[in-house]
Amino acid sequence: MKIGLAIRELHRSEKSLARALLKAADRHHVEHEIHYVAKDLAAWSADHIRDLAVAGRRYGVKVGEEMPRSSGLLEPLRTAFSVLTGRQAVPGVLLLADLRQLHRMAAGVSLDWELLAQGAQAVKDSELVELTRRCHPETLRQLKWTNAMLKTLSPQVLAS
Amino acid sequence: MVRDGIADPWGARTPYGPGTPWPVRVDSHLAEGVAEEDVDSWVRAAAVLHSNGDGMDLAVKDGRIVGVRGRADDHVNRGRLDPKDLFGWQANHSPDRLTAPLIRRDGRLVESTWDEAMALIVKRSKELLDSSGPGSIGFYTSGQLFAEEYYTLSAIAHGAIGTNHLDGNTRLCTATAAAALKESFGCDGQPACYDDIDHADVIALFGHNAAETQVVLWDRILDRLAGPNPPALLCVDPRETPVAKAATLHLAPLPGTNVALMNGVLHELIANDRIDHDYVDNHTVGYDDFARLVADYPPERAAEVCDVPADQIRAAARIVGQAERLLCTVLQGFYQSHQATAAAVQVNNLVLLRGMLGRPGAGVLQMNGQPTAENTRECGADGDLTGFRNWANDDHVAELAGLWNLDVTQIPHFAPPTHLMQMLRYAENGTLGMLWVSATNPAVSLPELRRVRSILSQERLFLVVQDAFPTETTELADVVLPAAIWGEKTGVSTNADRTVHLNEKAVEPPGQARPDLDIWLEYARRMDFRDRDDQPFPPWNDAESAFEAWKRASAGRPCDYSGLSYAKLREVSGVRWPCNEDHPDGADRLYADGKFFAKPDYCESYGRDLVTGAPTEPVEYRATNPDGKAMLKAAQYVELHEKPDRDHPFMLITGRTVYHFHTRTKTGRAPQLRDAAPEPWLEMSAHDAERIGAAEGDLVEVRTARGAVRVALRVSAVRDGVVFLPFHYGYWDTDDPNHDRAANELTPTDWDPVSKQPIFKTTAAAVERVKAGEGPAPAPTTAASAPAATGIPAADTGPADAPPPTPTAPAVPETHGGPAARVEEHDATTVPGGRR
Repeated sequence: MKIGLAIRELHRSEKSLARALLKAADRHHVEHEIHYVAKDLAAWSADHIRDLAVAGRRYGVKVGEEMPRSSGLLEPLRTAFSVLTGRQAVPGVLLLADLRQLHRMAAGVSLDWELLAQGAQAVKDSELVELTRRCHPETLRQLKWTNAMLKTLSPQVLAS
Repeated sequence: MVRDGIADPWGARTPYGPGTPWPVRVDSHLAEGVAEEDVDSWVRAAAVLHSNGDGMDLAVKDGRIVGVRGRADDHVNRGRLDPKDLFGWQANHSPDRLTAPLIRRDGRLVESTWDEAMALIVKRSKELLDSSGPGSIGFYTSGQLFAEEYYTLSAIAHGAIGTNHLDGNTRLCTATAAAALKESFGCDGQPACYDDIDHADVIALFGHNAAETQVVLWDRILDRLAGPNPPALLCVDPRETPVAKAATLHLAPLPGTNVALMNGVLHELIANDRIDHDYVDNHTVGYDDFARLVADYPPERAAEVCDVPADQIRAAARIVGQAERLLCTVLQGFYQSHQATAAAVQVNNLVLLRGMLGRPGAGVLQMNGQPTAENTRECGADGDLTGFRNWANDDHVAELAGLWNLDVTQIPHFAPPTHLMQMLRYAENGTLGMLWVSATNPAVSLPELRRVRSILSQERLFLVVQDAFPTETTELADVVLPAAIWGEKTGVSTNADRTVHLNEKAVEPPGQARPDLDIWLEYARRMDFRDRDDQPFPPWNDAESAFEAWKRASAGRPCDYSGLSYAKLREVSGVRWPCNEDHPDGADRLYADGKFFAKPDYCESYGRDLVTGAPTEPVEYRATNPDGKAMLKAAQYVELHEKPDRDHPFMLITGRTVYHFHTRTKTGRAPQLRDAAPEPWLEMSAHDAERIGAAEGDLVEVRTARGAVRVALRVSAVRDGVVFLPFHYGYWDTDDPNHDRAANELTPTDWDPVSKQPIFKTTAAAVERVKAGEGPAPAPTTAASAPAATGIPAADTGPADAPPPTPTAPAVPETHGGPAARVEEHDATTVPGGRR
C-alpha cells in the first residue's frame, strides 16, 4: 500500500505552498490584497498540514503538524524590499511571476489531493476520504484566487 | 409645535400601529428674520446629507436659499427632516466656496480661467492616452452627485476613454451592500422598502445606528415603538447607541467578529428548525453546503469568538426565528468591518431561510451610507457596468456598446472594474498618471492618511479635484475646478429604498462654479470624443437629455427608469424603481414572486468567493444556478488581520455621528451643526478609562501602527475593550500643522476581498492619557456618545502630572442648539402653505 507515500508527498507540497504564500505575502507587502489574502490562504494550508500529519500516523508516516506562521528569518528583509520599491512599476512583473508560480504549486497540490482521494476510496478509509472532501475544495479556491489575481492585475502591469 | 432641532434630533412622536399609515409631521426651519410669507418660492429637492432620501422643499428669497421644509406628500419622510438637512443648506452660502478654477504654478494654487484649466486637463489627458493608454487615467467620484452626472462620467470613462479605473466613494460606504445583494440575488437592488417598518413585528438592525445615520427612518421606528402592538427590536452594535437603548435585545460583539456571530445565529435557526422549507426548496440553491458550514458554529463557539453570552445568541435566534414579519437592516457595523460581505450575506440568508421576502413587513434593507450611492451603483460610476450589466457577460457589454454606438472593444471588460484602493496603488507605483476626483475628500476619508497624502502629492501624478469647497484634497491638486452643488443644479437622486426624487435648481451657483455635468460634457467636447458614426459622444447636452439617455440605458434592466420623466417627478414626490410599463407607479418591493434577477443570462454578477474574493467563472455559475434562484452562501470565520496585543490592547472603531456627514465640508459650515459637535472625541467605557487612569474630558492620545491622534475623552457606554472615534474631522478648520485629528491617520490599508470596501472598524490601538482636560469632551450628549449613565469620573482640573482624580459626579452639559436651532413641527392639519 502506498497511501503513506501519497500523504507524505501531499504534506510536502502543502508545506511548500504555504511557505510560498507567506513569502509572496511579504515580498508584495505593498500590494495589500495580495499581502492579506495570501496569509489567510496560507492558514488553510497550515490546517491541511496538521490534518495530514494526524492522518499519516495511521500509515506509519511521521511528519510535522506545525507550520511556521511567518516566511522565516528573511521576512523583515522581504517586507522592506517591497516597501522600498513600492513607488516603482517594475515589481509588477515580479508579482505576476510569483502569482504564476503560486498557481502552478496550487495546481500540483490539487492533483495530489485528487490522488489521495482516489487511494483513500480504494482502501475504503472513510476518515481519509472525508479529509480529502474537506480540504481539496480549499486548494481549488487557492488555485482560483491566484488565477483571478493574475487576471485582474496583469492588464495594468503589461500595458503600462 | 416648536423644538430645538439640535437638542432633540428626532422630534415629537406620532405613534401608529401595524398596517396603518405613518402620520404626517412636517418639520421646517427658516433663517432668522425670515417668515413664511417672505418666501418667494419653494423648490423641490431631496435630502443629500445621508442616504434616507427625505423629500423636502427649499425656501428661496431674493435668489438665496433661506430655509427648508419637509414634504408631507413624500412616502419616505412624510414631512420630517434630519437636523443635517434642517441646517446644512447654509453651507451653500459659505463665504469660502470655490468660485474660480485654480491651477498649480510653482507649487502654489493660483486662480485661472475655465479655458486655461480645461485646456491643461485636456493636454495632459491626450499626452497620457498617447504615451501610456487608457489605463493611465482614473476617475474617483462620489455618492453625492446626481444620476445624470454619474451616467455621463461612466460613458466618458468606460466608453469614450475606455479605462477600467472608475470608482465612487460609495466604495467606503455601500460597496458591501451591493456586493452582498449580488452574492445572494445575482444582482444589486434593494429588496425591501421603508414602508416595511409599518408592518414588521420584528426589526433587526445589524451594525446600523439608524438613530444617527438615518434620523427620519429612526423616527418611523420610534413611532411604531410608541404605538399599539410595537415590533420587537434586535440590535447588534458594540456601542450603546439610541437603537441599542430601545432594543428588546442588544448584542455587543467584538469588532470584526460579525461572521462568527451570524453563523451562530443561523446555526440555531437550523437546529431549531425555524426554516421555511417550502421557500428554501422552491426559491434557493445551496442549502446543503450552507447548512454544513454553519453546523460548525454552535452558539458556544460563536460566543467565544464574539465575546457575547451564548444565551444572547440563542435569544437573538429565537426573536428572528419566531417573527412573522421580519425586517432586517444592515449598515457600516458590518460593511466597514472584517469579512464585510460574508457577514452581510448572512443577513440575506436569514430572510431567505425564513421566507421573509417580498411582502409587507418582511425583507432586508442593505442600506447605503450616502444620499445618491444608489445612482453611483446603477449608473456604473462605482466601476460596475451601467444598468447593473455584467462585465463578465459579453452580450451585456455588446448591448452597452450598441447603446453608446461605440466599438465593443472600447469598453474594458477583460477584468473586474478597478476599485479605488487598487487605483490608489496604481497611482503609488506610477502606472496611473492622472486621477480626477469629484465631490469627495479622500485626504480625510481614506484609511492610512499619511500614505494617501504621500500618493496624492506626488509630482508625477496629475491630480484634478472638482469640489464646492477648499478641502484637504484640493490642497494637493494640480487643478481645482469649482463645482455647483445641490440647490444650484437639476438632477435626480435615488435613496436606499429605490425612491427616485427630482432635485430642481433653486439658486445660481456662486462665481464661476459649474455643475459637474457641464464640466464633464465640456471635457468630452474638448477631447473631441466621437462615436462610430463620428458624432460627438456623449450625445446629450444637459440634465434632462442626460436623464432621457439614462432611461434608455436602464430600460429592461432591474433598475428600470423608462416610465419616469422630469414631468412625472414634478407631480409625484418620490417614485420607487423599477418604473416601466409593468410598474407605471413604481414597485414597493422586489422579489415579491420569489423570482430573482439571477438567471445566468440576466444577472449582474456571477459572484465571488466569500473569503478569497475570486470571481466565479460563468460556466460554474451556470452549472450551480441555471434557473436563477436566490443563493445561500456562507463563509467560515477568518482570524482578524490586526488583533489587539499588549502594545495595542484596544479595538478602535470609527464612524458617523448625528450632526455631521462625511468630512464636514457642509455640516462644518452650518453653525448649529458645527457647534453641536465642534471637535472630535474618543469614546471609552468607564472600566477602560479607569484602567488607563483617565477621566471625562482628559486629553488622550490614540496610537496605532500608522499614526496617532489627540482628542478629548468621553466616558461612554461603549463596550469594554472597544474605543470609538468619529471619522468626520480633518484639518480644513484648524491651524494645527500636526496631522493628529483625523481618525483615518490610524486605520490600516486593508479591505474586504469581496466588496473591496476598506476596513475602518477593526484596528488595534493604544490609548494613553496626555493631560487633564478643561471640561467635558465636546461630544454630543444626545446620541451614542452620551456620557455613561453612572460612575463617570469628573474632569481633572489638577496639573497635568497629577495622579488621576477619584471619580465624582459628572457635570456634562446637555447638547442644545438654542434659538438658532428652532424647528417648527406641524401636523397634517397645520401644514403651512406657500407658493411652489
